[in-house]
Amino acid sequence: MAFNILVCAKQVPDTNVIKINPKTGTLIRDGVPSILNNDDANALEEALRIKDEFEDVVVTVVSMGPPQAQDMLTECLAMGADEAILISDRAVGGSDTQATSNALVATIKKAEKEMGKSFDLVFAGRQAIDGDTAQVGPQVAEKLDLPQVTYVEECSLNAEMNEVTVKRNLEDGYEVIKVKTPCMLTAIKELNTPRYMTIEGIFSAKDKPTHVWSAADVEVDLSTVGLEASPTNVFRSFTPAPKGKGEMIEATSEKELVEKLLVGLKSKHVI
Amino acid sequence: MNFQLSKEQENVKKMVREFAEAEVEPIAAEIDQNHRFPIENVEKMAKYGMFGVPFPKQYGGAGGDHISYAITVEELSRVCASTGVIVSAHTSLCCWPIYAFGTEEQKMKYLPKLLKGEHLGAFGLTEPNAGTDAAGQQTRAEDMGDHWLLNGAKVFITNGGFAEVFIVMAMTDKSKGTRGISAFIVEKSDEGFSIGKTEDKMGICASSTTELIFQNCKIPKDRLLGNVGEGFKVAMATLDGGRIGIASQALGIAQGALDVTVEYMKARKQFGKKLSQFQALQFEIADMATRTEAARLLVYKAADMKDKKLPYGMNAAMAKVFAAEAAMYVTTKAVQLYGGYGYTKDYPVERMMRDAKITEIYEGTSEVQRMVISAAVLGK
Repeated sequence: MAFNILVCAKQVPDTNVIKINPKTGTLIRDGVPSILNNDDANALEEALRIKDEFEDVVVTVVSMGPPQAQDMLTECLAMGADEAILISDRAVGGSDTQATSNALVATIKKAEKEMGKSFDLVFAGRQAIDGDTAQVGPQVAEKLDLPQVTYVEECSLNAEMNEVTVKRNLEDGYEVIKVKTPCMLTAIKELNTPRYMTIEGIFSAKDKPTHVWSAADVEVDLSTVGLEASPTNVFRSFTPAPKGKGEMIEATSEKELVEKLLVGLKSKHVI
Repeated sequence: MNFQLSKEQENVKKMVREFAEAEVEPIAAEIDQNHRFPIENVEKMAKYGMFGVPFPKQYGGAGGDHISYAITVEELSRVCASTGVIVSAHTSLCCWPIYAFGTEEQKMKYLPKLLKGEHLGAFGLTEPNAGTDAAGQQTRAEDMGDHWLLNGAKVFITNGGFAEVFIVMAMTDKSKGTRGISAFIVEKSDEGFSIGKTEDKMGICASSTTELIFQNCKIPKDRLLGNVGEGFKVAMATLDGGRIGIASQALGIAQGALDVTVEYMKARKQFGKKLSQFQALQFEIADMATRTEAARLLVYKAADMKDKKLPYGMNAAMAKVFAAEAAMYVTTKAVQLYGGYGYTKDYPVERMMRDAKITEIYEGTSEVQRMVISAAVLGK
């Protein structure tokens, strides 16, 4: 039986070229190219690397988004993924991370049922460059009842393909964790360098299965998806004012340094 | 009429541009200055399928079309014309004639490795005394019963120093003129075949341009490409397609020079204003952009006609002469707009100007293209 890897991917506006309207505080999306989210490209690359290394590995990419997100999935197929699934429906529009993970979990369960398989490894990018929440991956793992390891910067699957050793990047160091499959891993950019599409892949992509499913197709409870089912509401978006320059305290001894610091903090009514 | 790229063609453009900017552009100045063939990038381009773009998958090709091939050469040449011509000469001048004129055995023997980029290809027609006058071939191929014996020399052969497979034209019957020329497939390891002098050129300095020397070069009978006496036909049909490749290279050079000049003009200030704010200079950019876009339309149209199996010889000649002259015009203007800096090797435009010049010369000079076009128009 094939080893099945699922990669969760999102189509995002290329934030390198995006600008913010200073009056409204909203993104100017006109003419901004849509791309495969950066961390998701690392997630896909890791799945494809495993496919290169082991025999009989099938890589499926799943996404939620508008119909044009198919373009991003086609790019994933052109990089080497085997099949793609898009959940696209007005009913899931406006979803926050909670509602998005509900829709994705329903789609993943539907895919497993429809295709008669279970995913041995689920990859996602750490976070999307547009929302920056880093919540969808972990929420999907929780709802699928899978063990999860986030911020993965190194990953190796054992020869029996039932255990992954991962190096987890933390702010002040790293952890090395062994986790049994099935499990969910979220990728960061340090994990690898994503490959380009290949020319042959570009011209073969249309021959690979791409499923576009509606909310009804994936049998998701409509009260759990979309704007209405989203506990998060954007109240206001704004560009934060730049912080003032910090003040460096100089002194000849530690005692003097602490005294000067306390005087400074007191004068600003911090303490 | 449809002026939009297909989704596949758009992805080819996106992919090759990403590749070119990340892998090719960073070494373009160095390989030009050191006259170094970028073998490391040839290996990478092979991995991504750039050496077999317009050929069917059954022979190891990428299953793409000629517009995608044109885009591939264009996008590589946009940052490095030397890299662009490696793909163009290989694809148009070696793989294509084997694909179009080869027997099934020849195709199965040579194409998979060529199209996967495991082997590079080259084409030998030009001789010291037979350039534009291709019929003046002096390289001879003698039928020795169980093999052919080649004697003579070819010059200015692109990819010469790094190719494994060569398509070579030689006289099999001098008395018949152009109908006495035959085409052969020569392998690098063939007895009596060697690579001569490497040319020291003005531009495309990272491209390998060499002599090919045949001294009693013995090749098996099954290396004849097409029939005896059909070599001139093979060569002319091959060059028709090659012109799309070189036109794409010229187009890429023009676009590359335009792009860097626009960036420069938006940053460079004189008299308290950015260069891009002077109307006289804005008009220069308008002319550069218009010629580049016109070249693109001619190139893509010729490639589209080749895909549709329509006669495209005149269109390929129009694309080549126009794109080559656009490349020369745009790069010369680019150097002018950069001013003194443009004349230094600190910026890429002087390299682009040197590289552009060859596109008016090789694979049929601009004069030859005008002969082809006028003959087609006047119905000679």
